[in-house]
Amino acid sequence: MSEMVHPEDNKRFSRFNIVAGAIVVMGLILTVLRFTKGLGPVSNLSDYNPWGIWIGFDLLVGVALAAGGYVTSAAVYLFGMKRYHAAVRPAILTGFLGYALVVLALHYDVGRPWRLPYPFIVQPGTTSLLFEVGACVALYLTVLFIEFSPAPMEWLGLKKARAIVVKLTILLTIFGVVLSTLHQSSLGALFLIAPSKLHPLWYSSYLPVYFFITSVIAGLSMVIFESTLSHQYFAHKMDAEHLAEKDTLPLGFGKAAAFVLAGYFMIKVVGIAADNNWHYLATGYGAWFLVELLGFVALPAFLYAVGVREKNVRLIRWTAGLTVLGVVVNRFNVSMVAFNYHLPAADRYFPSWMEIGISVFIVTIGIIAYRFIVTRMPILYAHPDYDAH
Amino acid sequence: MESIYSLQQFMAFTKSVIYGLVVLTLIAMPAFWYFLTERDDD
Repeated sequence: MSEMVHPEDNKRFSRFNIVAGAIVVMGLILTVLRFTKGLGPVSNLSDYNPWGIWIGFDLLVGVALAAGGYVTSAAVYLFGMKRYHAAVRPAILTGFLGYALVVLALHYDVGRPWRLPYPFIVQPGTTSLLFEVGACVALYLTVLFIEFSPAPMEWLGLKKARAIVVKLTILLTIFGVVLSTLHQSSLGALFLIAPSKLHPLWYSSYLPVYFFITSVIAGLSMVIFESTLSHQYFAHKMDAEHLAEKDTLPLGFGKAAAFVLAGYFMIKVVGIAADNNWHYLATGYGAWFLVELLGFVALPAFLYAVGVREKNVRLIRWTAGLTVLGVVVNRFNVSMVAFNYHLPAADRYFPSWMEIGISVFIVTIGIIAYRFIVTRMPILYAHPDYDAH
Repeated sequence: MESIYSLQQFMAFTKSVIYGLVVLTLIAMPAFWYFLTERDDD
C-alpha cells in the first residue's frame, strides 16, 4: 500500500542508483560534447543520413511506445471500459514522459535547437508534414501534461485546481485521440517524400495507416509491459484496485492487441499486393521483411490469442515484450535499415557509440523520472482524500 | 509470373489479387475473433 516503505527506496547506493548514476554522468559529458563541439564529433550523421537513431529510436519509437496514454484513456473514458481505470494514470504518465523525452531528444538531433518553435512564429509552414507533426506533438505534450496534472495536484494538496482539471477529462481525452491520430500517421507520411530511398517492401502509400495502427498495437502492448514492470518493482505502492487489475488488464489489452495485430498483418499483405512487390520477398531484404512480418506481427498475434484463450497471463506478458520489440524493429527498418538501401556499404549509416550513449541517457532519465513520480505521487494508488475521476 | 507491360495490366493484376485478399481477410478476421473469444466466460 501507499504508506508502506520499500527497503530499496531508502538505500542510497542501490544497484539501480549506481547504474543510473553512471549513465547520467556519461550522458552529461556527452551532452556537453554535443552542444560545444556540434553534431559532427558525436554522431555519424551525414548529408546522406541526416536522421539517425535520435530520430529512428528516440522520436519514432518514443512516440509509438507513448501511445499507451491515448489508447488507455480512450478505452476507459470514451469506450466506457471502466474496469481498466486503474491503468489510466500509469499510462498517461508513461505517455507524458515519453513525449517529453522525444522533445528533449530533438534538441540533440536538430542542428539549431533554439529554432524548434520557429514554425509557429516565424513562418506558417502549414503545408509541411513536419509542421503538422511538430504542432501535434507540442499540443499533445501539453494535453498529456494537463491530463497528468491531477496526480501532482493531489500530492501538493491543490484541491481547487484539481477539481477544474478533472472536469476537463473527456475533452482532454478527445483532444488526445485526435492529435495522436494526426501525428502518429504523419510520422509515417514523412517517408512518403522518399520513394527512391526507402526499400519498396517498406515504402507504401499506406505508410501513414501502418504507423497509426502500429501505434495502437504499441500502446496496448506497452501498457501491458509497463504494468508488468510496475507489479514487479512497485507492488508495495499499489492499492487493492491496482493489484486486482494485475491479470484483468493483460487479458483485456492482450485480446485487443491480438485482433489489431491480425488486422495489421492482413493490410501489410494487401500493401505488398497493391505495389506488386512479391518478387522482392525472395531477396535478402525480403527475408528481413518476412522476419518482421511473421516474427513480430503474425507470431505475437497468435501468441496473444493463445494467451487470452488459455488465460495464460505470463504468455501475454512475454508477448507484449516481443510486440514492443517488434515496433522498435519496424521503426528501425523504416528509418535506417531499409532507408538508403541502394547506397554502398561505406555510405550506409551506423550510429556512433556516443549517439547510442545519448539515447541510453535519455531513456534512463525517463526511468528515473517515472520512479521518482510513482514513489511520491498517487499514480499506482488512489489518494484517500479524492474521488476517482 | 506473367510480365506486366502497361499500367492497365499492372492495375488489373494487383487489383484482382487484392480483391482475393480482401475476401480472405473477411473470412479470416471473424474466424480469428471466434478463436480469440471462444473460451470467454461472458
